[in-house]
Amino acid sequence: MAAAATCGAGAGSPGSVAAAVDRSSATSFQRKGPRAGGADGGGPRLVSIAGTRPSVRNGQLLVSTGLPALDQLLGGGLAVGTVLLIEEDKYNIYSPLLFKYFLAEGIVSGHTLLVASAREHPAGILQELPAPLLDDSYEKEFDEDGCNHKTPDSSMKMKIAWRYQLLPKMEAGPVSSSRFGHYYDTSKKIPQELLRTAKWHGFFLPERISPPLTVEPCHLTHGYMKLLEFIKKIVSEEGVDGSHPQKKTKNILRIGIQSLGSPLWGDDACCAEACDDSHSLTKFLYVLRGLVRASLSACLVTVPAHLIQNKAITARVTSLSDTVVGLESFVGSERETNPLYKDYHGLIHIRQIPRLNNLICDESDVKDLAFKLKRKLFTIERLHLPPDLSDTVSRESKQDVAVPAPRPGRGCSGLAEGEKHLDF
Amino acid sequence: MFPELNNLLNITPDKVEQGKLTLLCDAKTDGSFLVHHFLSFFLKAKCKVCFVALVQSFSHYNIVGQKLGVSLTTAWERGQLVFLEALKTSLDIFFQTPAGPHPLQFLREASARNLQPLYAFVQEALKPEDGGEATWRHPVLLVDDLSVLLSLGVRAVAVLDFIHYCRATVCTELKGNLVALVHDSGDAADEENDLLVSGLSHQSHLILRAEGLATGFCKDVHGQASPSRVIGVRAACVHSHMWIQNTGLADSTQVHRKKAKGNTQKYCHGFSLGDFSFILLGYFAFMFL
Repeated sequence: MAAAATCGAGAGSPGSVAAAVDRSSATSFQRKGPRAGGADGGGPRLVSIAGTRPSVRNGQLLVSTGLPALDQLLGGGLAVGTVLLIEEDKYNIYSPLLFKYFLAEGIVSGHTLLVASAREHPAGILQELPAPLLDDSYEKEFDEDGCNHKTPDSSMKMKIAWRYQLLPKMEAGPVSSSRFGHYYDTSKKIPQELLRTAKWHGFFLPERISPPLTVEPCHLTHGYMKLLEFIKKIVSEEGVDGSHPQKKTKNILRIGIQSLGSPLWGDDACCAEACDDSHSLTKFLYVLRGLVRASLSACLVTVPAHLIQNKAITARVTSLSDTVVGLESFVGSERETNPLYKDYHGLIHIRQIPRLNNLICDESDVKDLAFKLKRKLFTIERLHLPPDLSDTVSRESKQDVAVPAPRPGRGCSGLAEGEKHLDF
Repeated sequence: MFPELNNLLNITPDKVEQGKLTLLCDAKTDGSFLVHHFLSFFLKAKCKVCFVALVQSFSHYNIVGQKLGVSLTTAWERGQLVFLEALKTSLDIFFQTPAGPHPLQFLREASARNLQPLYAFVQEALKPEDGGEATWRHPVLLVDDLSVLLSLGVRAVAVLDFIHYCRATVCTELKGNLVALVHDSGDAADEENDLLVSGLSHQSHLILRAEGLATGFCKDVHGQASPSRVIGVRAACVHSHMWIQNTGLADSTQVHRKKAKGNTQKYCHGFSLGDFSFILLGYFAFMFL
């Protein structure tokens, strides 16, 4: 069934790709680029670009989202040529953080950035980026943090399982900047010298917008139209769409768009259910996807999905994006005080993963994922239910989890009776 | 293409039914594997294919097609495949005014009244060759997918009209086939989409639904696919197809599917031999008819 006789223009075997994963610059094996070609089905032979690696599964070129934990859940990273949509959490606390991680990763890897926002000036956003944790400083700082990644005392020799002592220790900490995916310290700002070397383009809506005199040709909101034209201009200037074939060094363009769909962009999807420009946001996403597919860029868009009144638009926006991740923070909700969730700051939902050049996608086994933010680490872990140790503890926590909607009237007294809790 | 799906539908590349509208419907899962199946199936059956690809790029279909045994590049060069890569051509029409009529003209309009230019494109692509002798068998139109047209400002009625026109031309006049994919969200959130799905279900001869499992997420089994054959409502077409959907004897055969890297295995709900159950149900239905 799977055509064993595929010619060289198509997919290679997984074995050969795996060899290229570790050191993408050291092997002579080069994967064909994914979609930087065009209608001919092939693509230019890509020399390895800094900050990218080919996917083990289908040879797709991947970039890091800035969060190694999220990279793992997305199947290794964000594929070049796709759009990652982040559904913002209710009070917009953690989604700007993911946005900043994405941009900071771009600076550390040397990619070009395009930052678009209607609320803050892009220069201000870049000043606020977290500092990366690089090689030399990580050893002592990471141990201070008190994470339990500490390796066991190496002076203690293993007596029975002595063979295991010879195995290399698992490296779970921050890594050097030539690797894929970095860790960031949210309490420190990015050093100025890194920022100065970075190449970035900013789009701040209040500066670009001019009062529209005529109706837009494609009936998009004025802000969206201007942003699309800007992105197209930068894509062709930077040559990421293959328009300058003589340019030897290729680079990735990282596009970050903040709070798309909010009223600040001039879109009333969040204000009214039946809005006039009900197709503006979806048309924008479609054309954005076309632009990103045809070039070596990766795009991250944050959308306040909980504000959009018309649920049909939310569904369409989800299906128009490639990867969709939803954030749900516990701040201000009942779960903040729930003992079940005390270690975590919120839940993360991977709603959609694209199937690129493949029939299946890399879905992880686990659907219940929670995240927690420490100073130097944003971890995403599987949500475990604690074991039932005693009657009262388990009944309390089970009652809280079983109730889906918050009930303001319930006090502590209602916990013992209340729900019909089957107890065997 | 997947031989299990071919067995279930009782078709082979040599023996293809003509004049049919097949609707591919997916709910809570991704039904694009069905599109890949039909694309490779019809290319192997030496039919002339017009593929309107609205959501993915050419290279994506090409790479998956190679896993399934067809080369889209070769088919395109030979003239067997006419490919409209909307993601790329939309950029041309979006940023500058087109010179003449363009199949994706609806992108420039606020709320497109009809998809006339797209229909003209399809008609042009699939018209029979002059010269008498035909290199390819009957024409096929594949659309992936129709729900995205609603996101781009086209009304559901316009999409239904477009399919009706295409069916009249491709299925009835040219005796070809039409295969289209829609997303079915199930809940009543998207009314336009529900309108589109029910309108299309009414018109189609064969509906293939790919659904997520009712019990939730399972790593190995990706979902279930159920084909339902529908007897044509017009009195003139009395086929020997079994009316499996509405007899109440057997609901549409539920088939669980598991997708491996390059193929899809189908195994019947509760049985290990897929064909056995299908034949058995068909036998009972035939007895009672």
